[in-house]
Amino acid sequence: MNDVVAVVGVSLGIVAVVLGVAVFVVDSMARATFALLGSFLAIAGIMLVLDLPYLALVTALMMTMEMAVMAVFMIMFMMNPAGLMPMTMVHNARGSAGAGLGVFAVLAAGVWLVDWPTRSGTAPADATVQLGEAIMGQYMLVMILVGVGLFATILSGTVLATGRGRYDRFGPDLRRSRPTDPVPGGLPR
Amino acid sequence: MTEAAGATSAEAWGLVPAVGLVVVAAITLGLLVAAVDSVVLAGGRPGAALDPVRSAVRSVLEQRRTTLAPDRLLWRLGSSAAFVLAVLSLAVVPFDGSTLVSTSADLVWFNAAEALLWAAVWLVGWGPNAVHSLVGGYRFLAQGLGYELPLMFALISTGIAAQSLRTTDVVAAQAGLWFVATMPLAFVVFLAGGAAFAFWGPFAAPAGSDVAGGVLSELSGPDRLLVDGGRAIFLGATAAMATALFLGGGAGPLLPATWWFVVKTVTLVTLLVVVGRRLPVLRPDRFVEVSWVVLVPAALVQALVVAVLALAGVYR
Amino acid sequence: MTDEVLLQLLLTVAAALVGTGVFGALSQQSIVMVMMGIELVVNGVLLGGVAAWYFLAPRADAQVLIVVALVVMAVEMVMGFAATIAIYRARQVDMVDMATELNG
Repeated sequence: MNDVVAVVGVSLGIVAVVLGVAVFVVDSMARATFALLGSFLAIAGIMLVLDLPYLALVTALMMTMEMAVMAVFMIMFMMNPAGLMPMTMVHNARGSAGAGLGVFAVLAAGVWLVDWPTRSGTAPADATVQLGEAIMGQYMLVMILVGVGLFATILSGTVLATGRGRYDRFGPDLRRSRPTDPVPGGLPR
Repeated sequence: MTEAAGATSAEAWGLVPAVGLVVVAAITLGLLVAAVDSVVLAGGRPGAALDPVRSAVRSVLEQRRTTLAPDRLLWRLGSSAAFVLAVLSLAVVPFDGSTLVSTSADLVWFNAAEALLWAAVWLVGWGPNAVHSLVGGYRFLAQGLGYELPLMFALISTGIAAQSLRTTDVVAAQAGLWFVATMPLAFVVFLAGGAAFAFWGPFAAPAGSDVAGGVLSELSGPDRLLVDGGRAIFLGATAAMATALFLGGGAGPLLPATWWFVVKTVTLVTLLVVVGRRLPVLRPDRFVEVSWVVLVPAALVQALVVAVLALAGVYR
Repeated sequence: MTDEVLLQLLLTVAAALVGTGVFGALSQQSIVMVMMGIELVVNGVLLGGVAAWYFLAPRADAQVLIVVALVVMAVEMVMGFAATIAIYRARQVDMVDMATELNG
């Protein structure tokens, strides 16, 4: 069992890093986005091997949707989305590479120098139950705060992104009975 | 992987036969959906049931068309993923009481396979470097923003009632009462969501004729077969999963459990195809608003009702 | 391979992901690409959390930490895209070098 974890874990880890580097190397924005998705899926695969099926599947699910939306934004905002005419859009590449390598060096040094303790406690029979009981019990406050935080994010994100207010929709005196929207929507209002 | 789980079909008969069963079941389900569909389209002529086989063979032999400067890697990746994901989603469907893989998050597995289809279909739209195809891909994403949340709440309603995310547990929890009795809305939303993931019937706008076939417009040869096959299998998988989650799986008198499962699945497939072919195609921009303003709150209320019933001990 | 070496290998992979992400976030000019870099950093955090759960302390803490990391990613995406759209609407800016309102 441990050999399986070792082989699959390390090879998926290498895949994740290679795809992570590919994000900043490839010309095509679609390829960059889906390289990042591949990196996430590799990490999700490691989670699956390490007996965390729920978190693995939720990561895969969430990241796929995020990256699908990300692809739309990439195509929308980048000058050269398909990478048909290669161009570089970087600044301070050398300094950034130094910073990246420095961060990696310090973290990796820490990883190999620290005397790691052995596992304390035993793995639960069912990690999903463990997480469920935690967020509905001892860690409920965390989940409540996460919920409030996400709600605030939805509101502020909408406020930031929307370009039209109620005066645009209902007229300067707010008298219009039906809003004039660029996309009408499906409900009679 | 999860030893605490009930016996999976892989443990019962070895990995290779169990995987083989899922692949055979997937292809059978796909052919069933396509056959019923072409019979319905042909106005009930039974001979039309063989048409999908004929066109599948033709697709295999056909030479691929191509376009100017396509992104071949992503294009092929997208069309193969559509098929592979459809088969993967069947790995957690209990055909004969056990599933190929049994994790403690089977319902999320099924949903994740569908969510990965977002990426796959968008890639199929992006790959050929063609306008209609990309418009179809965008439509799929826009529509997805509408049905994904109601579908998740529908799935989780069954999880709440069974107090487990494992499909075999959900089936076992329906020993007394089929879940469709207490969660009819979740049942309908689940079927509609499945049809939408297969962009089929009223949700076929991503492949609509107003954009010359949308995501499918530039597909030909084996790629076409993979995507069309993936769609058909997804629709079949939805029917099979709905049987397991809402219609009590293999429960029923006289006949053995597997037979009951097959009977229910075939009935659901026929129902889906006959009803779906009679409904007009929904426009994604309209559907998204209806979905967020009507379906999401309704699905939430459904989940709340199920939660209250679960606390009252109805499902025990 | 002992558990400790495996843990160290996985954490090294996590460190590599974080390093790559930092490089990307600092070097890219497009706002959307900067966000991809940040996502990659959080990806490394996810792997670190999972490795810690499996090899050090299989308690609920690490799992909750991973859930929080996922939420952080969602929040980062929403606010990043919202800010990108807002700044593009106001000034047709889609590159970090051009967003200079706060220069003194």
